[in-house]
Amino acid sequence: MSALALGFADQVTSAQQIFGAVMNAFACPGSLQPLRSDLDPPRPLSPELAAIALALVDHEAPIWIDARLAAEPAVAEFLRFHTGATIVSRPEEAAFALVADPEGPLPVERFALGTAEYPDRSTTLVFAVSDLSEAEGWRLTGPGIPGSRNFLASPWPRGLADIVRANRTLFPRGLDVLLAAPDCVVGLPRTTRLVEEI
Amino acid sequence: MAFTPHAAAAPDAAPDNSMIARRQRAMALCADAKRTDLEEILDVLRYEGAVEDLRRPETGLVMVRGQIGGDGAPFNFGEATVIRAAVRLDSGEVGFAYQLGRDAQKARMAAIIDALLQSPRHSRVTEDALKPIELRLAGERAVRERQTAATRVNFFTMVRGED
Amino acid sequence: MYVAVKGGEAAIDNAHRLLAHARRGDPAVPELATEQIDEQMSLLVDRVMTEGSLYDRQLAALALKQARGDLIEAVFLVRAFRTTLPRFGYSEPVDTARMELRRRISATYKDLPGGQVLGPTFDYTHRLLDFMLMANGEAPVAPAEVEALTDEDGTPRVTDLLDAEGLIEASSALQDEVPVGDLTREPLSFPAERDLRLQALARGDEGFVLALGYSTQRGYGRTHPFVGEVRVGEVEVEFTPQELGFPVPLGRLTVTECQMISQFKGSAAVPPQFTRGYGLVFGQSERKAMAISLVDRSLRARELGEDVVAPAQDEEFVLSHADNLQATGFVEHLKLPHYVDFQAELDLVRRMRAEHERDQAIHLSEAAE
Repeated sequence: MSALALGFADQVTSAQQIFGAVMNAFACPGSLQPLRSDLDPPRPLSPELAAIALALVDHEAPIWIDARLAAEPAVAEFLRFHTGATIVSRPEEAAFALVADPEGPLPVERFALGTAEYPDRSTTLVFAVSDLSEAEGWRLTGPGIPGSRNFLASPWPRGLADIVRANRTLFPRGLDVLLAAPDCVVGLPRTTRLVEEI
Repeated sequence: MAFTPHAAAAPDAAPDNSMIARRQRAMALCADAKRTDLEEILDVLRYEGAVEDLRRPETGLVMVRGQIGGDGAPFNFGEATVIRAAVRLDSGEVGFAYQLGRDAQKARMAAIIDALLQSPRHSRVTEDALKPIELRLAGERAVRERQTAATRVNFFTMVRGED
Repeated sequence: MYVAVKGGEAAIDNAHRLLAHARRGDPAVPELATEQIDEQMSLLVDRVMTEGSLYDRQLAALALKQARGDLIEAVFLVRAFRTTLPRFGYSEPVDTARMELRRRISATYKDLPGGQVLGPTFDYTHRLLDFMLMANGEAPVAPAEVEALTDEDGTPRVTDLLDAEGLIEASSALQDEVPVGDLTREPLSFPAERDLRLQALARGDEGFVLALGYSTQRGYGRTHPFVGEVRVGEVEVEFTPQELGFPVPLGRLTVTECQMISQFKGSAAVPPQFTRGYGLVFGQSERKAMAISLVDRSLRARELGEDVVAPAQDEEFVLSHADNLQATGFVEHLKLPHYVDFQAELDLVRRMRAEHERDQAIHLSEAAE
């Protein structure tokens, strides 16, 4: 506990800014939204992942963390202290899943998909990546995207394409995805489709 | 009042149980004390080291629970304002405060006291500094108890004559 | 349909200025301090905390001052303020057996362990207006003091005395896995479990709950109740923060608890015994705690196999109308502009009147033939 990193310097403003960035990310899927964080969390938790957690998570939103984050006890301590959240081992109980190793294994089939009555009770996946781009890559289409939009994440999260494809059949249930790179975030809500080159 | 120490929920450090009990006692005293009491305690302790705000005093809510029938299943019956704070001494101890109300200064001082209590160097002298508050609060409680006791009904039977 | 009405900003600003002026009253009269409200109108503060569902004496006192003493307006202010604060979590259940008692009475046993302790009560006053209180400045006589019999184990419950004979139903067991209902998180739906009912009644309007309790005594519903025990006093509240993992004492709250004991109920499976009603509220609010316990027992009709025949047994009726803020919200919304609706009504009534007169005319001419 003695090495615990600090939270937001200005809680209210920071929380509002992060919330706004995430909201815009979901509203304009695939577009790069600026997200600046003054946090210095214990690695491998990235400042952007930490900022999203601190802004959106509280004691009623359980978190699941991947193996890379779980390997460093300071990460769980940081998250618990600043959000009050319970860190769960069962993916289906999580409101948010934080992934620091996007290429690592992920129990995608176990995350909560919501219900027909309450589709929002699903797990929101938050990936930390090194780079995000609108210049090239996969073509996205769907609500919030005029025509289509290019999207590339590096490293490319394992299973991301499968998640997006599965969302199509599961709707209104499904998984919403956020990808956070240094200073920016991209959102892929469950309504977004990949335009496949066949 | 004795608090039964519960097992730590966090998988990291396994704190010393008696330290938990001591912290709980001190926290109870700080919660019942006035802000000026805590100011006096810190004056007496004269801690010169740096104090870093890990969590600046923040007001929130705790939903208070009762038990159905007084001893049955829990139920929620209303929220209370609670202020919390966390500080870190330069020697590394992290002190916490969670108190009813919204007094930011008082919460921060209580967090400092909690940190000092955990520091081997300041632990004993901090507990000593809390004793006058403990005595005063106990004295006030005793007065309340005597006032209440005066309203207790003594049922007695009239005895007629000497027969 | 609500009509968006523009304009009137100047009128509203001036209305607020006039409100502040009316709130202050005669400037020659000293301004009311919130500390005075907290100390000298403490039972009103208790009620605002209970119905506002927020234990904070300062805030409740401020709300009363701002609301010019309008209780429900004060509750509104408190509830609105509450929405600005983050929730840290749920407390450990308070232990009323360890209450620092200010008052403790029972109507079922005269001489019981712990005794009948009257505390500061109106019960034995003669209800004569005391004009000495208008004079101000009279220092009250210091309270009497007598050696207290301190009992380390707390004062035992009356219900435990009956329990020793097996004559009273046991409390519902503590079940770890069953989530505790919370009205502030999930909208109320029916049937509602007892935990949600007690939460709804605690924040419900005292007048409404009192009237319903009264109705059960007047024969609407079958309870023949006795006050097993009323306790008023302070309880310790504890909270276990995630980052600490042990319970932290937050301080002490004043609460009032009522255990109501009612009529025998026997069935094929269960022998005749006493059943219970329970009420728990913030502050010294005896009337409210007693009323809640009556209605609590009454709402257990379904669970106890009794016919639901009376309003106080009707869960939907009781719980949907108990919250005075919800009630006033809907009642007072009638003040909002309904101009277009009303125009439509006006046209309809005019048309119906015209038809009616035509029918009358036809009727008369037929009669004349």
